[in-house]
Amino acid sequence: MNIIEASNLTKTFGDFTAVNNVSFSVGQGEIFAFLGPNGAGKSTTIKMLTTLLKPTKGEVLLNGKNSLTQQDEVRKTFGIVFQDPSLDEELTAYENMKFHAVLYKVSKKGLDEKIKSLLEFVDLWDRKDSLVKQFSGGMKRRLEIARGLLHHPRILFLDEPTLGLDPQTRNHLWSYIKNLNQTEQLTVFLTTHYMEEAEKIADRIAIIDHGKIIAQGTAEELKAQTQTASLEEAFLSLTGHAIREEGATGLDRMREMRQRRAGRR
Amino acid sequence: MSTIYILWLRQIKRYLRSRSRIIGSLGQPLLFLLALGYGFGPVFKNAGQGNYIQFLAPGIIAMSILFTSIFTGVEMIWDRQFGFLKETLVAPVSRFNIMMGRVLGGATVAAFQGLIVLIISILAGFRIHHWQSFPLAILFMLLIALLFTALGTAIASMLEDFQGFQLIMSFVVMPIYFLSGAIFPLANLPVVLNYITRVNPLSYGVDGLRIALIQQQHFNVGLDLFLLSALSILLVAFGSYLFSKIQV
Repeated sequence: MNIIEASNLTKTFGDFTAVNNVSFSVGQGEIFAFLGPNGAGKSTTIKMLTTLLKPTKGEVLLNGKNSLTQQDEVRKTFGIVFQDPSLDEELTAYENMKFHAVLYKVSKKGLDEKIKSLLEFVDLWDRKDSLVKQFSGGMKRRLEIARGLLHHPRILFLDEPTLGLDPQTRNHLWSYIKNLNQTEQLTVFLTTHYMEEAEKIADRIAIIDHGKIIAQGTAEELKAQTQTASLEEAFLSLTGHAIREEGATGLDRMREMRQRRAGRR
Repeated sequence: MSTIYILWLRQIKRYLRSRSRIIGSLGQPLLFLLALGYGFGPVFKNAGQGNYIQFLAPGIIAMSILFTSIFTGVEMIWDRQFGFLKETLVAPVSRFNIMMGRVLGGATVAAFQGLIVLIISILAGFRIHHWQSFPLAILFMLLIALLFTALGTAIASMLEDFQGFQLIMSFVVMPIYFLSGAIFPLANLPVVLNYITRVNPLSYGVDGLRIALIQQQHFNVGLDLFLLSALSILLVAFGSYLFSKIQV
């Protein structure tokens, strides 16, 4: 059975169609990369898959559960690392984990050991009592991954998890994820702008542009289809070389404010 | 229940950890209390209205609760994109519980802030008439806090970013404060102002605080309690409706 089943997903905002009749499926234990230029519809698709946004049309099944009618069951099946951090910076790493456990009703029995093993897994156990605001970007991502795994999800969504991280941290992060995928049969759904990362880690890749999936397959298949030597070239040949302009949204303005804020610190 | 509790606890922890914010947010009420209180004191006395600090302190307490409440409500805009709130939105918990936890946490913080301003007022010369009615004062502080945190949250559910925030400050929060009887008596006002102050919910909160703290009333305690509670319930209901519609 496929663990993610998206059929005829469509999302329109006014007269703009962000995602246009998209269908795909991801098998249990697969690492699936969802690639596309800015504004292609990646984030909108992730939001629909994770119950944050209602599709205008179409259906999402996660682990056989419908994202609209069985929302809470669906929410239990996945963990997510957002593009923008969703940690509480005024709380410690440990408190963030604890709060997550309460929200997902993770049983108290053995919880402390579980948190310990996850924090050790991402090398943050010795910083468990530090406030998250003292963490670097990479540490925050690692903590978010640990937190996203606390309730034993079947699927992990990663929305540009390596954005703004140095190569060392990125390497580490992917090795954690690969490790989890292999030992726990965890399904991973990720988006990234780093093509070489996707090529290295993903079992299967879908490329979305202008709200439609324009190619799907393994990295090898995509390269063969476009007769190119690397995924990056395949990607460019499929989506074109033109730079995509996106209008600034409220979120972009807030991201800017956040950066200015961080700069002052 | 555990969701509400954990979100409430989170607000409290955050509040207690940001000492600079606590102190910073006390500057404004203190300034109002001292500048207005001592500045207008002589005029107020000459007009035969008695001690202005006594009159003003409940108004300033209400003000600090109003500002803190609205601020925690509106802070949600931030939290939704870059914070814990986003994490709660994908968690298997009901939106209503998330909103309640947030509102109750924010309201507790705001009421506590009001209590600190009360203590400062006492240091600045304010005297509580009957300590027996002190619990009633606490009840009014909590009600004011609940009402305006719910309002702030409802507003924040409708805003995409902070661009609209300045408008809210100028056309909602400031008028609510200035036209509430917090800084002047409501008796014998011009007709229009009289109507405005009567539809302003904060007027009833300030009145309730004055009744509890200095036994001075304009409306009456039953009406104050009823209107504040009813409106709080309404706003929580309205706020949770808007909140349930949030799509990130």
